[in-house]
Amino acid sequence: MNGQELLPLLPLLIVSVFVVLNLIVISLYRNHQTTALLTGLGLVLALISTLFIDKSTPQYVMPLIIVDRYSIFFVGLILLAALMVTLLSYRYLELQKESRKEEYYVFLLLTTLGSSVVVSSNHFVSFFLGLEILSVSLYALIAYKAEDSLGLEAGIKYLILAATSDAFLLFGIALIYADTGQLEFARIAPMFDSGHIGFLLPGLGLLIVGLGFKLSLVPFHMWTPDVYQGAPAPITAFLASASKGAVFALMLRYFTKIGIHTNNSLLTVFAVIAVASMFGGNLLALLQNYVKRILAYSSIAHFGYLLTAFLASGNLAFSAVTYYLAAYFVTILGAFGAITALSGSKAEPDLIDSYRGMFWKQPLLGGVFSATLLSLAGIPLTAGFVGKFYVMAAGINSHLWILVVSLVASSVIGLFYYLRIISVMFSKDLGNSEATGSDMTGMAAAGFALVLLTIALVWLGIYPSSLIALIQKIVPNPA
Amino acid sequence: MTLIWLIIIPLLAGIAAWTSARYSDLWPRWISLAALGLEIAILAVLWLGHSNPIAPGEYSTWLATTNLKWVPQLGIGFSLAMDGLSLLMVALTAFLGIAAVLCSWTEIRTSIGFFHFNLMACLAGIVGVFLATDLILFYVFWEVMLVPMYFLIGIWGHENRIYASVKFFIFTQAGGLLMLMAILGLYFSHGQITGVYTFNYFELLGTSLPEWPSLLMMLGFFAAFSVKLPAVPFHVWLPDAHTEAPTAGSVILAGLLLKTGAYGLIRFVLPLFPMVTHFLATPAMIMGVVGIIYGAMMAFAQTDLKRLVAYSSVSHLGFVLLGIFASNELALQGAVMQMICHGISTGALFILVGMIQERTGTRDLNFMGGLWTSIPRIGAIGLFFALASLGLPGLGNFVGEFLVLLGVYQAYPLMALPAALGIVMAVIYSLRIVNRAFYGPSDENRIIHDLWPREAMVMSSMIFMILWLGLFPQAALNIAKPSLKFIREKSGIRLTEKHYSLASFKTLANLKRSKNR
Repeated sequence: MNGQELLPLLPLLIVSVFVVLNLIVISLYRNHQTTALLTGLGLVLALISTLFIDKSTPQYVMPLIIVDRYSIFFVGLILLAALMVTLLSYRYLELQKESRKEEYYVFLLLTTLGSSVVVSSNHFVSFFLGLEILSVSLYALIAYKAEDSLGLEAGIKYLILAATSDAFLLFGIALIYADTGQLEFARIAPMFDSGHIGFLLPGLGLLIVGLGFKLSLVPFHMWTPDVYQGAPAPITAFLASASKGAVFALMLRYFTKIGIHTNNSLLTVFAVIAVASMFGGNLLALLQNYVKRILAYSSIAHFGYLLTAFLASGNLAFSAVTYYLAAYFVTILGAFGAITALSGSKAEPDLIDSYRGMFWKQPLLGGVFSATLLSLAGIPLTAGFVGKFYVMAAGINSHLWILVVSLVASSVIGLFYYLRIISVMFSKDLGNSEATGSDMTGMAAAGFALVLLTIALVWLGIYPSSLIALIQKIVPNPA
Repeated sequence: MTLIWLIIIPLLAGIAAWTSARYSDLWPRWISLAALGLEIAILAVLWLGHSNPIAPGEYSTWLATTNLKWVPQLGIGFSLAMDGLSLLMVALTAFLGIAAVLCSWTEIRTSIGFFHFNLMACLAGIVGVFLATDLILFYVFWEVMLVPMYFLIGIWGHENRIYASVKFFIFTQAGGLLMLMAILGLYFSHGQITGVYTFNYFELLGTSLPEWPSLLMMLGFFAAFSVKLPAVPFHVWLPDAHTEAPTAGSVILAGLLLKTGAYGLIRFVLPLFPMVTHFLATPAMIMGVVGIIYGAMMAFAQTDLKRLVAYSSVSHLGFVLLGIFASNELALQGAVMQMICHGISTGALFILVGMIQERTGTRDLNFMGGLWTSIPRIGAIGLFFALASLGLPGLGNFVGEFLVLLGVYQAYPLMALPAALGIVMAVIYSLRIVNRAFYGPSDENRIIHDLWPREAMVMSSMIFMILWLGLFPQAALNIAKPSLKFIREKSGIRLTEKHYSLASFKTLANLKRSKNR
């Protein structure tokens, strides 16, 4: 291992360096603004460094990490998400009475690092390591507001369930290793083609349980609404975008390699999970009265939609999933960003009723939030529509009629609750809602993030071809 | 490029109206009017430029086309095209748009800027629907007109507005998604056959598909259009949406949004699936007939004036559905005529109801009566449009309904008989409006203002249009003729085979027409 080999790891290294740097700075000079700036700087530097990596051929760092266009794209996406979360968090933390604001950023950088390792991993060891870095720092972040009982509950719930799912994951890995003697993804994949089954299938089954938990697919979704509601809004944004996206991106790369489209039992399992997630998520969301819980169930449904494209085969499916993920990142960051910006020093606006008349009191924030909701509902001129269109196209191309029909039916159900929130925001009857979001602390950073996200949301909806062109270049294994 | 401006102008005007609202309440209204005036001017130039072509004798169907790249990777283009049918529809859009702006002049008093933004954005979407020749672009416009309309109903509507707006949105979106599935199905089957993956309308025309998939795809399109039209089992959103919307919203809903459904049937369903439309023809026509009779009966049973007019729309649009699926020349012409005339006359009726509601504070027929003595001019106008609605000869609606019945009778006489009953029933409910609202004992204490000049202007121009279309329908029919011929060429092969003696019917029709003259 020499310097040349480390070069592709530059983004990951920069993030790690800034973790250490942040720790040192905090111990010497405890200042919220400095830490936040340093974190932002680190993320921007890491982003810039992705541009300088040689992308012509896939590069391996030992057998553990693979750096190619595909992984760099997702690392970039995760870094951008982390940057947005940093910008949003500054306001959120300033409003909190919590005295220790600075360590938050250390954890944030660590989860970013974990997610980046997950998407670039080529080996079960690096995958598991990345996953653990990701989730351990997430435990801390979810329960960061130590006085908030909801937050603590969420943190503990996530901790216990994530640990359980990790056990499933490890057992699955062990079974696969026992059978094949391999931990490297690329070498395991060919074993499937040879028709050899043995422990592979049970191992994969356990693996799916573990992954299903991370992606909060039905029936492994129980933790989602509580954690989404209890965690600080910017952290929920990160959880919903980067942490899930990283796992999904990895799954997409290797499950397509082992040919799930030809394996009937795997196909059936995923199809059932997909349909259950779409309907489960959308139907359960109807019963909720808290906005963050609604978004939690909606994210369950959205990953069900994603599975539709995931199960379709070919390049179209690949770009569909990638586009959908990018669009979903932008949308969900925008949605939770708006919630962050609307929250006051007391609490986040959480009950639907606290959004009453929001559009008239805070036209810009209300507008942004409505736009993200419309994007989640998949209305044209937003990123969400192109994503949904792409997913449907991939599904129809592969004749996954049941999945596509469930997607259409369940997204019509989904309209109810998105429209419910929008209708409340546009309601003229201002009711007894408190004026939220009037506190301008840290609004510059949050506002900047929201403006960027809104522009991206509309840009991806109106002119998707720029991103599509980029995505078509990163497809790792052209069929 | 002209066509793009037709869409951009209302959109820009909407944004300008929104931002200008902070200076004055009048700015948004005048900006919207100016933009729509400009729109009509462009249309006039387009039409005049076409009618004296450089090469006489060569008669082109398409007045103007625009093709830009949008998402080339997926074969989506920004393609617009205008033929006679689109020209008529866009002209109707601009005309009713002006009426909508004028009729909300005093009705809308809150968030005026945002109201006009939504109004103009909705109109831009409608114009886009009438012009798009790329199926995805069409779908995008289809949804773009939906969202502002949702806001128009949900924010400025009457008592039960939230329920109505959500119901409207969900119904249309559900139909729309089925259409999106069908569009994608068509895209991939066309791609697999020809190797060219495109959403372009002209390239997709004449795709020869196996019967079953083709039938399913057609049903997908039909789902979206029949919800919008609305055909009878899918009409349940309509009475609520129309009743709760502000006057301008009702005008646009009834006058334009419903027409996009009919337009879609003519433009897409008939020519794209020529091999299977005959499977759908009979059920669709039965839906049309049921709609005519059911709508008329429901209209008669209403006491809410707006709801009454809404149900009458269901009845009138039944004729359109009937005419479209009879698919012969007369019936199609009748359908187009009915689309235009219904747009104007029902729009006028909604404005009228809005005026009465503004003056008396109620839409309930039970609390009206005797309005003629206090507001005779409004009463007279009400009588005029009630007569138009019941299909009095000499007014535009008569031409539409008569042509439809004539055409349907030739192809499917059994359908025409019950449909003709609809006209009789229209007499009953239309005269009931006049009877209950304007005649009878009057409430002497009521002091209300008769027509304002602004309202008189709107109403007289609408009266003029209905009279003109009724007395000289040939002008409008000539504009639509080449486009209908194009559509019948693309779709008619199988139909003419089935209705073996269409030619003889044509001569019969000509005979009848000359007799009528």
